[in-house]
Amino acid sequence: MQMVDLAVIGAGPAGMTAATMAAGAGLSVVVLDEQPAPGGQIYRAVASGGTARADILGKDYVEGAVLVQGLLASTARHERGAVVWDIAPLDEGFEITFSQESGPSRVAARRLVLATGALERPIPVPGWTLPGVMTAGAGQILLKASGVVAGSAVLAGSGPLLYLLAIQMSRAGAPPLAIVETQSWRDQLRATPRVLGALRGWRTLFKGFGLLAELRGHAIRRITGARNLAIIGTGRAEGLQFTTKGRTQQISCDTVLLHQGVVPNTQASRALGLEHDWHHGQRAFVPRTDIWGESTHRGIFVIGDGAGIAGAKAAVPAGELAALQIAHQAGALDKATRDKKAGAPRKRLEAERSLRPFLEAAYPVAAQVLAPADTTMVCRCEEVTAGEVRKWAALGCKGPNQTKAFGRVGMGPCQGRYCGLTVTEILARSHDMPHSAVGSYRIRMPLKPVTLGELALLEPTDAAE
Amino acid sequence: MNSAFRDLTPAQQLVPVTLDGDELMLPDGANLAAALLAYGVGVFRGTPVSGAPRAPYCMMGACFDCLIELHGVTRQACMTQVQAGLVITKPKGRDHADG
Repeated sequence: MQMVDLAVIGAGPAGMTAATMAAGAGLSVVVLDEQPAPGGQIYRAVASGGTARADILGKDYVEGAVLVQGLLASTARHERGAVVWDIAPLDEGFEITFSQESGPSRVAARRLVLATGALERPIPVPGWTLPGVMTAGAGQILLKASGVVAGSAVLAGSGPLLYLLAIQMSRAGAPPLAIVETQSWRDQLRATPRVLGALRGWRTLFKGFGLLAELRGHAIRRITGARNLAIIGTGRAEGLQFTTKGRTQQISCDTVLLHQGVVPNTQASRALGLEHDWHHGQRAFVPRTDIWGESTHRGIFVIGDGAGIAGAKAAVPAGELAALQIAHQAGALDKATRDKKAGAPRKRLEAERSLRPFLEAAYPVAAQVLAPADTTMVCRCEEVTAGEVRKWAALGCKGPNQTKAFGRVGMGPCQGRYCGLTVTEILARSHDMPHSAVGSYRIRMPLKPVTLGELALLEPTDAAE
Repeated sequence: MNSAFRDLTPAQQLVPVTLDGDELMLPDGANLAAALLAYGVGVFRGTPVSGAPRAPYCMMGACFDCLIELHGVTRQACMTQVQAGLVITKPKGRDHADG
């Protein structure tokens, strides 16, 4: 089997940058990405949407095309529509198995970059499984990749993405009926002292203020301090119900787009057994990495939002830093040059990261999401409620892996992506234990479901025997 | 069919596919989940656990709620591109499974 110097999983801003730079340093690079074109979710379909869509999505989105062009012009091999489902450590390097429409393939690489990005935080509120309920990210992906927009939508939850999406939908001629936000003025007040710490990231901070100003121009109804969010409807979403100032209200709509921030997608880093730490500010587990992005497993780097949420503008310098270290380890870059070139990206990365404590305080995760009501479904796949998980906890079930044995929670096709953090939160509260002690689901390969037919097409290899 | 979604760029090349035996025209090369939503398909499947209706939730291949059958094989609609001749079936879920 062919052995490349570097395999990059994920073609978002972090992955594209690392791959392009490593290829530029003379390394052989393969990029494996699930989507038909590079860009990741943030720059999804950025090279193919046309100018009308660019006007709707805005300048920050369009800028991503530069990264796509850089990658496609580099010597890195970009495998499109490539779903990675197995990563096996070899004596030297790693063997990666992935499926494309043409069938399954394997590639071996001396080093590995996981740039697998973020997932929307699980948002277990009553009715969140109904057709017509999607994540805000999904609503934005429909716009980016397909030019499709919800006609009668309410945006609900909290976070700057809700403002950006509302503006983009308005530009597309389909403004949302309302933005129902779970954070309150108290949260904003609590966040104020952290603005000072965020000033290093002033460019992004100012963009946020600009976003709010443009939002006011669109005159979209905004409700803050909303509690007890619930999607109502029989067989599909018919409206959003919530409480503010002790009064329960409803807004009728066809689509509810939910958001509570995003969390690192750690499926691959978990399955590889990398060390993770609980990040209290982000209320999520993040893989432990050094200043170059290298994980606790030598030769595996984790960069971008998958290594802790910091956004697309932080993903690029993170990709540069990883590429510098990888080039150095491969003997293509001496230590002095590496350190000289690392100064600028390190500064940009720190500036972007400095914003996060402010954002985390201003847009905290809603209490009802961290501790869902007993009747609320937490595991969408196996249809398990928060009450069932609490009942098992009372019976002595200590950890997320044990809950699987009690009632299949986390064992459906999404493999715990949209219930894992909720189950950890519930168990931590039930047992009054730190999240780090509760831990998270053990993730095993395959990372995505694979058919027997695909397995049968693969030739056995040393690693598979 | 009435759709909860609007297609901002409708002037595209359409190709025939079948959904539960009915022929419909979808934009060639489009994301299948987005194309079905824009066409007016509101429910994609019933769950195997309770038969509850589901539709796309994440649109990025992570939640597996947009599962449909393509030529009899379970696939994520949001990870599939439309092409002429696709034979799509909505999984009916519990109480409708074979046997």
